[in-house]
Amino acid sequence: MYQEQGVIQEDLDKVVLLDRINLIKWITNFITKTLVIAELEVRKLSHDPTELFTRALQPALWMLVFGEVFSHVRAIPTGNMTYLDFMAPGILAQSVLFVAIFYGISIIWERDLGIVHKFLASPTPRTALVLGKALSAGVRAISQAIIIYLLSLMLSVKLSWAPINLIEILFVVIISAALFSTFSLIIACIVKTRERFMGIGQVLTMPLFFASNAIYPISIMPDWLKAIAHFNPLTYEVDALRTLMIYGGTSLYGLNFDFVFLIISMIILTVIAAIVYPSIAR
Amino acid sequence: MNKKILEVKNLTKKFGDVTAVDSISFSIDKGEIFGVVGPNGAGKTTTIKILTTLLPPTSGEALIGGYNVVKNATKVRRIIGYVPQLLSADGNLTGYENLLIFAKLYDIPSKERKKRIIDSLHFMGLTDVAHKMVKSFSGGMIRRLEIAQAVLHNPKVLILDEPTVGLDPGARDSVWEYVKTLAINGTTVLMTTHYMEEADAMCSRVAIMNRGNIAALGTPHDLKKSIGDNGASLNKVFEYYIGKDLDSEVSEGNFKDVSRTRRDSRRLG
Repeated sequence: MYQEQGVIQEDLDKVVLLDRINLIKWITNFITKTLVIAELEVRKLSHDPTELFTRALQPALWMLVFGEVFSHVRAIPTGNMTYLDFMAPGILAQSVLFVAIFYGISIIWERDLGIVHKFLASPTPRTALVLGKALSAGVRAISQAIIIYLLSLMLSVKLSWAPINLIEILFVVIISAALFSTFSLIIACIVKTRERFMGIGQVLTMPLFFASNAIYPISIMPDWLKAIAHFNPLTYEVDALRTLMIYGGTSLYGLNFDFVFLIISMIILTVIAAIVYPSIAR
Repeated sequence: MNKKILEVKNLTKKFGDVTAVDSISFSIDKGEIFGVVGPNGAGKTTTIKILTTLLPPTSGEALIGGYNVVKNATKVRRIIGYVPQLLSADGNLTGYENLLIFAKLYDIPSKERKKRIIDSLHFMGLTDVAHKMVKSFSGGMIRRLEIAQAVLHNPKVLILDEPTVGLDPGARDSVWEYVKTLAINGTTVLMTTHYMEEADAMCSRVAIMNRGNIAALGTPHDLKKSIGDNGASLNKVFEYYIGKDLDSEVSEGNFKDVSRTRRDSRRLG
C-alpha cells in the first residue's frame, strides 16, 4: 500500500519534472524563434537603411517649426519646463508611433507576395512570429530616438544623461514600438487590403496622437478627451519618456504605473495578434 | 509498414454557401510525385492550404506522416516543405540569408547550418549568386531558391503550388529536373499544376479536380487508357473529364490571377 503510493508519488514527480522541462523547452524555443524573426527584419533594414534617414524629416519639422513657434507663443502651460523640453519626449513618442503604426501594411504586402504563407506553414510559434516583428519595430524606433536626441541637442533641450535613464528610455521606446506595431498588425489582419488599411491607419494615428499628452498636457483637455487619454498607451509612454529624458523631469502617474500599463497592453495585444495572424493567409 | 505518407479522407471546405472542396479522398505513397490538375476555382489551392495547416477544413480529415493537420499541426509543419504559388522568397535579403532564416526556424543545428545551406545552394545551382540580393534573381532562380528553402530541413513531403507558373521553358525544365532528383532521393512530392505537359512529364499519378471534386485519378497512362486512346495527350483526358480545354482556362484566368501574374513580373523586374 505504502509502496504503491510511493510509486504514484514518483510518477507524479516525473510528470511535474517533464512538464517543467517541456515548459523550459517551449520558452527557449519561443525566445529563439522570436529573435530569428527580428533578425530577419534587421537584416533587411541593414541592406537598405535609407528609410531611417527619410523618417528623420517629420520629427525635425515638428521640433524646428511647431516647437519653436509654440515656445515663443507660450500658449501651452508646461509648468516649470520650457515648451521645447516639454514637447521633445512627445515628438519621440510620436515618431515611434509613426514607425510602428504602418507595420500592418508590410504584413499585407507580405501576404500578397506569399511570404506569410511560408512562415505560417513552418513550425514557428505564432506568438514568436508576431513578437519578432514587434521587436524589429523596436529596432527601427531606436534609430528615431537617436535622431530626436540629436535634434534636442541642437535646440539645447535640457537632456538627462544618467545611464540608468538612457537604458529605461531604450526599454520604453522598444516596448512602445512593439505595442503599436502589434496593434497595427491586428488591424491589418482584420481589414486585409492595403487600401482599407491606409484609410484606417490615418484615422487611428491622429486621434492616438492628439488624445495624449504628447504636445500639450492632459490638464487642458476637455473632460471627454481626458477620459480617452487615460486609456491611451501613448499617454503613459510620453509620461515615462518625459520623466526619464528631461533633466529634472517628474512623472504624473508614476514610472512604475507607466511601465506596468505598457507591458500589460503589450501582452494583451500580442495574444490577440497571435490569434488573428493566421487568418491573413486564408 | 504503412506506405501511405499522405491520406485525405472526405475532406470538405465550405466558404459560406460555396463548397470549395467537396468531400475528396485520396492517398499518396512514399516517394511519389503526385499531381493535382484542374481549372481555376477547382479547389486545388484550398486543398493545399488545408494540407499545409493554413486553413482548417470544414469536415473530413487529412493526415501527413500519420499526423492530423488540425490536431497535430505543429508536427505536420515539421515534416512538410511548402512552396506557395506566389513568389515567396524575400527580395530584400540575399539568397544565403533567405536560407539561413529558414534553417534557424526549422531548428537545423548551428554546426550543420552552414554546410547544409552551401550544399543546397550548390544542388540548386545557385552557388554563384548566394550572396546577391534576391530581387536581382531571375524567376527561375527564385523558384529554385524557394525549393531549396523548402527542402532544407529534409521534409518527408514537399508541397508545390504551381511550381513553374510564369517561368520560361528553360527555367521550367531545370525546376522539373531538381524536383525529380528530390523524389528519387526519397522526398514525396505533391504538386498542383496548370500544365498537362508538366503533369505528364513529372507525375507518377494525377488527380484531375473540377468544382471541388476529383473527376479522375490515376497514372497518366491509366488516365489515357480510361478514355480509350492510349496515344492521347493528357490535355485530351482533361477535356474528356472536365468538358473543356485546360489551356482556354489558363489564358483567360480571372482578375486575381491576372493581377498576380503582373505583380510577380513587376517584382522580378
